Amino acid sequence: MTIRLIRSIVGLALTSAILSVIMYRLNSPLAAVFELSVCSGLISVIFITTVSFTQRISKERLLIRRRERLARFLYLPFIIIVAGVLLMQYLKIPQFDLSVPAKGPDVRRVLWNLRHLDLLGQVIILLAGVFGVVILFKETDK
Amino acid sequence: MSPDTLELFRYFVIFIILLFISGIYCILVSFNLIRALIGLEVLIKAATLLIILAGYVSGRSALAQAIVITLIVIEIAVMVVAGGVAFWAFRYNKTIDPRRLSNLRG
Repeated sequence: MTIRLIRSIVGLALTSAILSVIMYRLNSPLAAVFELSVCSGLISVIFITTVSFTQRISKERLLIRRRERLARFLYLPFIIIVAGVLLMQYLKIPQFDLSVPAKGPDVRRVLWNLRHLDLLGQVIILLAGVFGVVILFKETDK
Repeated sequence: MSPDTLELFRYFVIFIILLFISGIYCILVSFNLIRALIGLEVLIKAATLLIILAGYVSGRSALAQAIVITLIVIEIAVMVVAGGVAFWAFRYNKTIDPRRLSNLRG
């Protein structure tokens, strides 16, 4: 179970990396850097740390779970894969020129001048996260 | 908005919908808290891509980036706290299977 979980986490990190490349191509370099460093790096580290504290399940339970999973939504992954392949082949996606320069004001100006309330919200959310972790990992009195 | 950009938007939206379905599937199928969190991450990635795409086609990339940065900060806080909750759920119950976490049952 642990190895499969780590594989899932690596897959998520790769998805983040691909997403950051797409974001860079779509004229959003700053958000792409954030995505690559935070989502692909930090969140993977958090997940791997959490997984390292858990333990493997037995082979019998693993088999039971696999059977249960198959019984629940057997067709959906196939539908998604087939839909993706069909869309790629039959939609005949044309080549788009994504090298259009960004219009409008600079992102730094937008973030610091227009969206300063967002920054306040970010600070509050980060503090809430920090307090949440502090409370979760506080030593309980015995 | 030019017809070319509109077409780009249409193609991207199809794959964003597929990404949404994958995330929801991951949350519905997995009986593991960490895997459910990974599904939530996939959903957030789809939302992020949609915001960036909307910024690109409307010519407001700067605003979209500012919103995405806020989204990423929220994502970190949620994931850190949820990871801690999963850790303590395992510590107390020796499992992260949501069906077996019955401590909060009313």
